[in-house]
Amino acid sequence: MPVRARPLSPHLQIYRWQVGSTLSILHRITGLALALGFLALTYWLVALAGGAAAYSSAARFFAGPLAGAALVGWTFAFFYHLLNGIRHLAWDVGVGFDRAHSRLSGLLAMLAAVLLTAGLWGFLWHVARP
Amino acid sequence: MAEFFLPANSKVGRGRTFKAAADAKHVRVFRIYRFDPDTAGNPRIDSYEIDMDSCGPMVLDALIKIKNEIDSTLTFRRSCREGICGSCAMNIDGRNGLACLNACADVSGDIRIYPLPHLPVIKDLVPDLTDFYAQYASIKPWLQTRTPAPPDGERLQSKGDQERVDRPSACILCACCSTSCPSYWWNSDRYLGPAALLAAYRWIVDSRDEATGERLDQLEDPFRLYRCHTIMNCTEACPKDLNPAKAIGEIKQMMAHRRQ
Repeated sequence: MPVRARPLSPHLQIYRWQVGSTLSILHRITGLALALGFLALTYWLVALAGGAAAYSSAARFFAGPLAGAALVGWTFAFFYHLLNGIRHLAWDVGVGFDRAHSRLSGLLAMLAAVLLTAGLWGFLWHVARP
Repeated sequence: MAEFFLPANSKVGRGRTFKAAADAKHVRVFRIYRFDPDTAGNPRIDSYEIDMDSCGPMVLDALIKIKNEIDSTLTFRRSCREGICGSCAMNIDGRNGLACLNACADVSGDIRIYPLPHLPVIKDLVPDLTDFYAQYASIKPWLQTRTPAPPDGERLQSKGDQERVDRPSACILCACCSTSCPSYWWNSDRYLGPAALLAAYRWIVDSRDEATGERLDQLEDPFRLYRCHTIMNCTEACPKDLNPAKAIGEIKQMMAHRRQ
């Protein structure tokens, strides 16, 4: 009988996305996004300390459409990471492990993150209106 | 490290199609992963058209019908056909489960069947579970005691203490949970996985076991226990409705408490 290396069975390619696994990878992605967001925040703070010329160029950058979209994304990442982090804290004290509970808390975290993001930007838009 | 793509020898190609009889009325297509170690070539997906009017309701019924009547080379494990042996664990419609407990009617569209994910494939739907069993053995799944047993009977425990081990003891080691876990996919050489950890939990909380400290010592490791990130795929996949994620969470809590 010929000796052949055994193939690896398909995994990520075939496994159906579950609520839990989707929210889990999103937690990591939003964590990474927040780390990158800190770079932007640092840039803004450095510009703020660097005087009027530096600040006005930073302000122009953040007023652009690309930076605006990134800011909305970072806001969502912040709220989602925070709320999902609370789920992790609950799990750490042994609460919310039941199948139905973990699905429900995950969907609530996602829904609340979307609503808070929309609410915050709606409020900002309302305040900034001329 | 996480390898997101399959190695070259594992990429899945297109295979043969076995047509149903022309007069069949309720035809369903089963797309099944095939790998033959005795011939050259990569794994492939063969399609079998089955007349459901002459087939039992469960996925296992269809597999047995295919093997008996259409293609005797199709290879899979099965034994009890009632969800207690754990042999027919496989990936059905993208989720791990037992073929004997999954009804064909619960799957919409073509029924895609793969071996349990991220394991070396011996043949068709039969994966190599050697490491999985070795991990189970590594947690020493037996009663460890220092005190002598009572001379006149067995070691007794209260009803409440028995209830703590009752559910985790129902694990049938089918490997549905461990092979649904992305952490286990990427680190199965060092992370024990939900099945072995559920078994470890079963002995840690057993009031008769006297090696609780050693068992926790054994798990105090960045990989063996702490690669669990509460993804919850294990609990979603378990065909016996057990909760490995919760058991792992409780072990982590015990670790934290004993450090205080």
